[in-house]
Amino acid sequence: MANIVLAAEEAAPHGAREPSATQTSVEHHGGGEFPPFQTENFVPQLVWLALTFGVLYILMSRIALPRIGSILHDRESRIESDLFASRELQAKAQEAAAAHDETLRVTKAQAQDIGRAAQQQSASETASRRASEEAAFAEKVAAAEAQILAAKSEALSNVEAIATEAAGAILEKLTGARVAAETLQGEFRNIKAS
Amino acid sequence: MNPTEQFELQRIAPYFINGVDVSFTNASLYMLLAASAAIILTIFATSKRALVPGRGQALAEVLYEFVANTVRSTAGKEGMRFFPFVFTLFTFILMSNLIGLVPYTYSLSSQIVLTFAFAAFVLILVILYGLYRHGFGFLRLFVPHGVPAPVLVILIPIEIISFLSRPVSLSVRLFANILAGHITLAVFGGLAVMLLGAGSWAALAPVPVLGVVVLYALELLVNCLQAFVFTVLTCVYLNDAIHPGH
Repeated sequence: MANIVLAAEEAAPHGAREPSATQTSVEHHGGGEFPPFQTENFVPQLVWLALTFGVLYILMSRIALPRIGSILHDRESRIESDLFASRELQAKAQEAAAAHDETLRVTKAQAQDIGRAAQQQSASETASRRASEEAAFAEKVAAAEAQILAAKSEALSNVEAIATEAAGAILEKLTGARVAAETLQGEFRNIKAS
Repeated sequence: MNPTEQFELQRIAPYFINGVDVSFTNASLYMLLAASAAIILTIFATSKRALVPGRGQALAEVLYEFVANTVRSTAGKEGMRFFPFVFTLFTFILMSNLIGLVPYTYSLSSQIVLTFAFAAFVLILVILYGLYRHGFGFLRLFVPHGVPAPVLVILIPIEIISFLSRPVSLSVRLFANILAGHITLAVFGGLAVMLLGAGSWAALAPVPVLGVVVLYALELLVNCLQAFVFTVLTCVYLNDAIHPGH
């Protein structure tokens, strides 16, 4: 607006009162009426551009860019070290797992050994006990058998005496003759033998 | 309803030093705003140096890595010595373009003098660094490899002209894109206002408004893209200074 008013004031002495303020300004600037081509505006813009861009360049190159660069660098190295640490921990964990597996395997083998030994011991104990018990039992059986045999033979010998006696008595009653005990006994033996 | 009114420079505080016009203008104001936006984003938002970044710091980091990757991929590892300059350039242009998209603001990139100042600075930087780094070997830049001598007679002037026209194309590209975009937006907006004041034609007023909405989305893209294009081409030119052989 200030430009236009200024232009109108300058244009006034030329006597051109008729045209509007805008038209006057166009006439005044001639070929440079298009704002970006107005050469009198170049210098202040360039001065301020040099000033602001220069200050911005210094701030960017001294503060902003080193800071962002270091942030990115720190993050990268942090991620790298974290990855390294995690890889190390993973290796440790795998090692521990392997050690655990090994311990488990050894312990299992030990347990199996102990079990097997106990089984063998108990089996052998049982076997020896059984053998001794069996031997004792067999002894008892043999003794009992011998006893039975003795009792039997004694009983049998008694039976012979009783039979001989009874046969003597029967013969005496029937015949009235007394037969010697020895004869009867010899006859008895003959019968028994046949 | 003049669509170029938005590009007019207004002297907020006229000031002269030895006859040199250093007035504080609306352009100065928007330069300060763009620089402040860059400072807020890259310095204040990163002040916590958080390991897990917040929104602001994440944005600053993205910006940093984006520009760093651009420089590294176009100008190589050696180009990283220009990284602070390229970063400042990109951030400044991007911020001023984005701020310029807010209605009633002033877009710095719509001033040819500013875009040309950047482009000319880049050209001078390329020449000075090229000569400092390679001496006269820098002139190899104008001599394409494997070309027979008679053709060189034609090619070398062409190479020199193309080199010298770089700042023109670089600055006009940014300037013209932003200027045209803002003019188009203003014309469509003005059309909507004119239709509203034209009796029954007012029924058609929503059409240009819709156009403004669509164009605004496009302008957002163009403003970011042109800032990026300017930056990439700057890197490409700096690469010529670092590796002058074709």
